Amino acid sequence: MSTMTPPVRPARVCIQTLDFDVSAELAALRGQDPRVGAVCSFVGTVRDRTAGTPGSISSMELEHYPGMTEASIEAMIDEAHQRFDFFGARVIHRIGVLQPLDQIVLVAVTSAHRGESFQACEFLMDYLKTQAPFWKKEQTPEGARWVDARVSDDAALAKWGVASSNL
Amino acid sequence: MKMTVKYFASIRESIGCAAEAVETGALTLGELRDELIARGGAYADSLARGRAVRMAVDQVMGTDTTAVRDGTEVAFFPPVTGG
Repeated sequence: MSTMTPPVRPARVCIQTLDFDVSAELAALRGQDPRVGAVCSFVGTVRDRTAGTPGSISSMELEHYPGMTEASIEAMIDEAHQRFDFFGARVIHRIGVLQPLDQIVLVAVTSAHRGESFQACEFLMDYLKTQAPFWKKEQTPEGARWVDARVSDDAALAKWGVASSNL
Repeated sequence: MKMTVKYFASIRESIGCAAEAVETGALTLGELRDELIARGGAYADSLARGRAVRMAVDQVMGTDTTAVRDGTEVAFFPPVTGG
């Protein structure tokens, strides 16, 4: 009887309230894979302002759709694998109350050469912005308000040939 | 038919409900949306035609013509703003 177990891989998608350590995440994603020659990562953080007014956002709350959020990002990574020749991807997105300067999201990709990981990372981020069910609510001096979706985010996804409007 | 309907973000807040069981004869997402709009009040306002409302069936994005059936989980929410 075989006692072999598959190698342990870090989960591709994680939705969490806790902060994340970018260095540790990148090290885990690279693992001991000697094929990797490029690691590309994007980190989104909380701004303290809208329309250039410092202090206009005091905090931010992120809501999501448990289950669908994870599944939709998994599907995005599968879609990215169809388009780009990369090895691994890791997406972490925080939920709950966040403060200015906090990290919100990490997208990281490994590949043999830089072009594929740059492209896959940007593709995943563009997809996530318009297709993953998260919603931001900002606390401002005038009270709380839900963040409006941006037409420019739809345009960013459209440049990959994906016509799926968020607005 | 009985379905679970979930609401998120600004739509959840205005309707004052995160999830409810709905008895309906609707065969598509669009028909279900119209039934809910016909309830009036916050439903009519937050799901109004012409308003940007995204919809999902069993946790996959859908459109007016996406089929719904008994036991389906349906969700209505505003355009997404993560990342």
